[in-house]
Amino acid sequence: MPQIFHRSTNTFSKLSIFGAVFVIAGLLIVVMAINRSGYVTQAGVTREQPVPFSHQHHVAAMGIDCRYCHTTVENAAVASIPPTKTCMNCHSQIWSASPTLEPVRASFRADQSIRWTKVHDLPDFAYFNHSIHVNKGIGCSTCHGRVDRMPLVWQHASLQMEWCLDCHRHPERYVRPRDQVFNMEYEAPANQLILGKRLIQEYKIQSLTSCSTCHR
Amino acid sequence: METNQPSKTLTLEADTAPIIEPGHTFGSVTDKISSVVLARKTPRGWYVGFGIGFVLVMVLAQTLANLLFVGTGTWGVTNPVGWGFDIINFVWWIGIGHAGTLISAILLLLRQEWRTSINRFAEAMTLFAVACAAMYPLFHTGRPWLAIYWLFPYPNTMGIWPQFRSPLIWDVFAVSTYGTVSLLFWFVGLIPDLATLRDRTRKRIPRFLYGMLAMGWRGSARHWNRYETAYLLLAGLSTPLVLSVHTIVSLDFAVGIIPGWHATIFPPYFVAGAIYAGFAMVLILAIPIRAFYGLEDFITMRHLENMAKIILVTGLIVAYGYMMEAFFGWYSANPYESYMILNRMKGPYAWMYWALLFCNAVTPQVFWFKSMRTSITALFTVSVIVSIGMWFERFIIVVTSLHRDFLPSSWGMYYPTRWDFGMFLGTIGLFVSLLFLFLRFLPMISIFEMRTILPQAEVKETGSPH
Amino acid sequence: MTTGNGQLDLPYLRAKLTDRRGQLYWRSLEELAETDAFQEFLYREFPQQSDRWTDPIGRRRFLHLMGASLALAGLAGCTKQPAEPIMPYVNAPEEIIPGKPLFFATAALLSGVAEGVLVENHMGRPTKVEGNPEHPASLGATDVFAQASILTLYDPDRSQTITQFGEIRSWSAFLSEMREAVQRFKQNKGSGLRILTETVTSPTLASQLKKLLSDYPSAKWHQYEPVGRDPARAGARLAFGTDVAARYHLEKANVVLSLDADFLSTGPGKLRYVRDFTARRKVHQSQREMNRLYVLESTPSNTGAMADHRLPLKASEVEGFALALAAELGIAWRVEIPAKLPGSTWVGPLARDLKRHPAATIVIPGEHQPPLVHALAHAMNHTLGNVGSTVIYTEPVEANPVDQFESLRELVREMQSGSVETLLIFGGNPVFAAPVDIPFADALAKVKQRVYLGLYNDETSELCHWHIPEAHSLESWTDARAYDGTVTILQPLIAPLYGGKTAHELMAALTDQSEQSSYEGVRQYWSSQFTRIPVMVSGARSSSAVCQKASGDFEEFWRKSLHDGFVANSALPAKPVALTAQPAVLRTDATTPGLELIFRPDPHVYDGQFANNGWLQELPKPHTRLTWDNAALISPATAERMGMTNEELVELRFQGRRVEAPAWILPGHPDDSVTIHLGYGRRRTGRVGMGAGFNAYAVRTSGAAWFGSGLSLSKTGRRSRLACTQHHHSMEGRHPVRAGTLEDYHRHPDFVREMGEEPPKDLSLYPERKYKGNAWGMVIDLSSCTGCNACTIACQAENNIAVVGREQVIIGREMHWIRVDRYYAGGLENPATYHQPIPCMQCENAPCEVVCPVNATAHSQEGLNDMVYNRCVGTRYCANNCPYKVRRFNFLLYSDWETPSLKLGRNPDVTVRSRGVMEKCTYCVQRINAVKIEAEREGREIRDGEIATACEAVCPAEAITFGNINDPNSRVAQLKANKLNYGLLSELQTRPRTTYLAALKNPNPEMKTS
Repeated sequence: MPQIFHRSTNTFSKLSIFGAVFVIAGLLIVVMAINRSGYVTQAGVTREQPVPFSHQHHVAAMGIDCRYCHTTVENAAVASIPPTKTCMNCHSQIWSASPTLEPVRASFRADQSIRWTKVHDLPDFAYFNHSIHVNKGIGCSTCHGRVDRMPLVWQHASLQMEWCLDCHRHPERYVRPRDQVFNMEYEAPANQLILGKRLIQEYKIQSLTSCSTCHR
Repeated sequence: METNQPSKTLTLEADTAPIIEPGHTFGSVTDKISSVVLARKTPRGWYVGFGIGFVLVMVLAQTLANLLFVGTGTWGVTNPVGWGFDIINFVWWIGIGHAGTLISAILLLLRQEWRTSINRFAEAMTLFAVACAAMYPLFHTGRPWLAIYWLFPYPNTMGIWPQFRSPLIWDVFAVSTYGTVSLLFWFVGLIPDLATLRDRTRKRIPRFLYGMLAMGWRGSARHWNRYETAYLLLAGLSTPLVLSVHTIVSLDFAVGIIPGWHATIFPPYFVAGAIYAGFAMVLILAIPIRAFYGLEDFITMRHLENMAKIILVTGLIVAYGYMMEAFFGWYSANPYESYMILNRMKGPYAWMYWALLFCNAVTPQVFWFKSMRTSITALFTVSVIVSIGMWFERFIIVVTSLHRDFLPSSWGMYYPTRWDFGMFLGTIGLFVSLLFLFLRFLPMISIFEMRTILPQAEVKETGSPH
Repeated sequence: MTTGNGQLDLPYLRAKLTDRRGQLYWRSLEELAETDAFQEFLYREFPQQSDRWTDPIGRRRFLHLMGASLALAGLAGCTKQPAEPIMPYVNAPEEIIPGKPLFFATAALLSGVAEGVLVENHMGRPTKVEGNPEHPASLGATDVFAQASILTLYDPDRSQTITQFGEIRSWSAFLSEMREAVQRFKQNKGSGLRILTETVTSPTLASQLKKLLSDYPSAKWHQYEPVGRDPARAGARLAFGTDVAARYHLEKANVVLSLDADFLSTGPGKLRYVRDFTARRKVHQSQREMNRLYVLESTPSNTGAMADHRLPLKASEVEGFALALAAELGIAWRVEIPAKLPGSTWVGPLARDLKRHPAATIVIPGEHQPPLVHALAHAMNHTLGNVGSTVIYTEPVEANPVDQFESLRELVREMQSGSVETLLIFGGNPVFAAPVDIPFADALAKVKQRVYLGLYNDETSELCHWHIPEAHSLESWTDARAYDGTVTILQPLIAPLYGGKTAHELMAALTDQSEQSSYEGVRQYWSSQFTRIPVMVSGARSSSAVCQKASGDFEEFWRKSLHDGFVANSALPAKPVALTAQPAVLRTDATTPGLELIFRPDPHVYDGQFANNGWLQELPKPHTRLTWDNAALISPATAERMGMTNEELVELRFQGRRVEAPAWILPGHPDDSVTIHLGYGRRRTGRVGMGAGFNAYAVRTSGAAWFGSGLSLSKTGRRSRLACTQHHHSMEGRHPVRAGTLEDYHRHPDFVREMGEEPPKDLSLYPERKYKGNAWGMVIDLSSCTGCNACTIACQAENNIAVVGREQVIIGREMHWIRVDRYYAGGLENPATYHQPIPCMQCENAPCEVVCPVNATAHSQEGLNDMVYNRCVGTRYCANNCPYKVRRFNFLLYSDWETPSLKLGRNPDVTVRSRGVMEKCTYCVQRINAVKIEAEREGREIRDGEIATACEAVCPAEAITFGNINDPNSRVAQLKANKLNYGLLSELQTRPRTTYLAALKNPNPEMKTS
């Protein structure tokens, strides 16, 4: 009887059967890669801002402390974005004519907030509190990266749950002395784990992994 | 496997109907069965049956759309009865999906020749039933779109896993495994017949399709050899599943602390119940199909009677289960347990409890009599009653246990809505339509296996040493 | 089970009840009887209420459900979030730390009387009301109305624009019209100017009114309030010849007798009274003795539920009883004792018990009882030497007490005569709430110029030319007096959302300085008055010293008063009073035969002003557990005689008028009388309250304002479904509430433990958990709980709990995280009633946790059952497996994701749950975390009592105690060590963290308990 299929079909069928495993595995890997990539997490993506505010300039060059603008970081859940007034403290004097700063002056004149774009945006069901982390020796740069090297701020970490849990499960890997919290240059020492364990004792750091720690 | 064939067939003829009517040749068997598929024109009856099924599938589509857009609230579920038709029908369908594997696997291993003519569509029935069943656990959740993702948690960027203490997770794995293995088993069984169809069909496209599915089957000795091994292996593999699946389904309840759920007797009692319901459904399907396609020669009274016997046995096990539940209620001297059973007997849903006892414990007793076991009407009626009874059983287990549990302050009632019924009918429709498609496009009886049980297939003694 | 036509077979029920051994609990009569309703539903395949499409809410929501469900699908993980803007202040206000709430002291008003509160304010948005611990009328607690006031504040249905003849107008337009009017008044001395207010306690408003009346001598000020205190005033005049208010010191009373007074749940002093009263019932603390409460009542109340001896009487029979008791006690007056005396067996033992405690008893007359009862109560208190110790008399707190029905009648008479040209109505809703025999609405048509200041566009605004949106009390500057006269200066928590105006601003509009703001008004008044504050006689508060100094400096006085939430030492001093020689009538006609009709303000909708408040509408009413409706409450025996069943529509014909109401059989209700609640059947209000219930005002006359005889009932044969949250009655021999008498407790303290069984701790397959650090736990004292429902609604406010609507409640889908179960013990006629609040038990071996497939509910390191909404997929297995049934499921999208104003009122620290998600009590974990972080930062331990859950904080009876059970000195740990402590369903080995203290009663050995 006539052949329905060309003989090459055999090879194809064999291939497809054995290949299937690898294809599926490959797909899985790809999806996982995508889900952790900046495309989804937004990590490493610089955001357009109404005013091209440069942390690099203000922090590294001017040497302004984080807390000068982010006033509530030590005693509230949010670090808080500075009011226009804070900008004007200096910029009513220096660069008071610079066109790039016009939106700031406009905001101050019209008593209208500047509409910044949020860079670190946790989902609304995650309740993060800056003050407790800062007070327990978690440095700014641990989560926000070297902000002092960012002309425009981008999100440093993935902010995915596994990333949070990594530290909540092993705080010793990340804690630093309280006096180093706002130090951008701080590098973890070689004996971080020993140091970490000591600080955990000292600061009574608990490894809080209960759901209600962050979700309510 | 054909060694003691002659003696067997002899004894068969002696006591009861044969498993295939005499006078058939290899050719006639092949012609008869394959003709159903290759027939030029589709019988009108088929269109009617499939049409009904299709309409109901549309109902299913509508109920699902409504469910997804409006929410679980369209169903009758509420506090304290958090599960209703969803879980009832899930268990019911899964139960029905049991006969298939049992017939194909266990009876195969037990060398029960008579299974051959019914295993094919029993397996098909299993698959379709499982498909219907699988729909419920997914759609009964409040947020199905998340359920899928979190039960198979890849890609997992959350650093936490599903909770493996929960029977619902076990369910996911049990049911999906069962589905997969049954599918493989069914398909492997089909391969030689697909080849037959490929060779017999005249049209190009069907030939191409059957050819694809036949996977280059040429019927060589090597093929047959491997085929037999694979088939046996699969049979062995799926045998434990028959027990495991419904055991785990029963654990969905047994793990809970609700009086009426929290019972150690559940696993065996559920498995028996499943086989019970499964065979009932096989009969419900076999009887009309056999008449419609004139397959009385292949599905003989012998098959029907054997199934009736199995129904009787499992029916007795189930009845024992009910007895034990009542006994525990009294013997435990636990106020909640005893109230639970009293509530089933005298509470608002009592009528259903008594109905279920009648359907599942009383009716099958007629099968003690051969006259009943061999009467088509009796067989069909009892099967239908049993199927209904088994549905009642699930309703009683799910609803009456929940609606009055520990604190009377939170006692309530459960009333299904039109959407509950819609989805139930819908799944029935899905089942029916799939079944009709199967009947039309695949051989509903294993051709080659039928041929092996023909007398001609017996290996002749070649001479004898002197 | 049931006799033919579905009516309850009460003899059968009684039999069923009596042949039960031990204490028998039961809930509603349906299931006891397995009525036809059940059978009916059984055989109906599609009960209409189960179909979302016949449910208006369901239809209305369909579209945005689609939207929302798609949005939810978006949340499913693998999609990226849209960019969100942040908008910082331009100039940051110093006191605001973003994310940290501020608390401001002000007051909640009911019938013009203040209840001191602290309001939580997130970035300028009031989100939660708490009691003011410093305030004498609150002591940190609030009632349900104060809790719900947040929702009213943000109610999108409140009227939002000034209208004239329905046309939108500006405030200035109104002012200019007023100016013309003012010119007119100046010429005609204000003749034709009438002002109708509710009860006024505000000193500022009063002075503004008085000034107005002196400027325009022929103008008149009328007051009307449907739930007024006329009988009490009349009673005081009858007894003392002068108008005084009685104030009780329940903390000093060993024996309390209530003559149909529901003093624990109604009246301005209720919160304080509950605190003082229950303080004397907590035997688990140092004290070993309890006070004793006798209650005569004409309709079951929470006070009756607390009673050690309760006697149901027809309202008209109380008078007779009072006379007999007064005689028995030997009061100074000559009294006639009616021949036929109900409850006569009580008189002897009761009198003896009262006499046994000289100067340490109280006789409290029911606010709705006739003046004679009040007078007799005053006389009895005198004779018992209570005056000065447990009872003190003061000037009334009302600025200008009048007989309000008289006042309204006079006004209407003038309106009809056409002599009223301008009528200003300040708040209230007289068109809806006026008694039928005073045709206010018709008369209103004769008034040329009608101005209505009100929160809602309601029945009254409909008939007025000008409708000025009223500013909510949380939006306005004003002042008011508490039950004891203490003044609170109310400060706004937010600028009027809908441009509302206050009465002060309207008053100013009638003068030359028409632009004066209410802030200026109030401040002006106090700057002139603050030196003249009466100094309290008894128990001057610590702050008094400061006040003396303050009397020099107004700014300091002002700041301090605003900060504290009350004006120090402004409570009214005790006033010496003498009984009149012999009042005219001291007799009562023998009790009238036939049916009696009783009117009461609705426990949650009150006089109707809260009709559009979803939280209050859905709050199950005490005893009946009904929501969204009022009903005609009748006793089992009466129902039996009339052959009536629950939910059956009956026609009430009362003194020639008629109204239809669904019947509800209420055990413990006196026979031959029917109770109906005011405030329902609103014809014109917001979307929420429209069309709920029937209008009881339709049959209420000024003659029979609170009760009257001559009622006839007839069945209509129709039924209307009521949304009841609890259907079952019978404990089937179980013991969720463990109860006993003080005697039992002293004789055999272990009786509580022996009512249940406690399996050994190691009886679990799972490894024993260790709780280092904090382990949160709760104890609920059933001897103190009055069943006021404040916990339920406080929880709703704190945790953004959605309102589901009538249809959903009928199917049993209410969302309350803490519910108050009600059990009866004893016979149908006069059962003992127990209330049991049920929050999540936070089991240590939680059945819910093991069955969740996705880990959405998991155990926390501190022993809470965390519920993670964003993880939940909604299998509902946890709810099924919860023996306490405290888990609540969002079957539909119940939370309002649309209305902007409602979003403002939400608690930002709690997730708003979406559709398909399970939710439950978390012990207010957001509060726990806040305090924990605070303590951690300060490197200290959490102090006991530093964390208060919403339910604990609001409870006036201090029945709920929350704390760390790992700390042996914490209050909660000590209570758990008490012998009265027991775990609900502890035999299941769930090891609940929430436990209960058994309910104790203290019956009089002389009287055998009913």
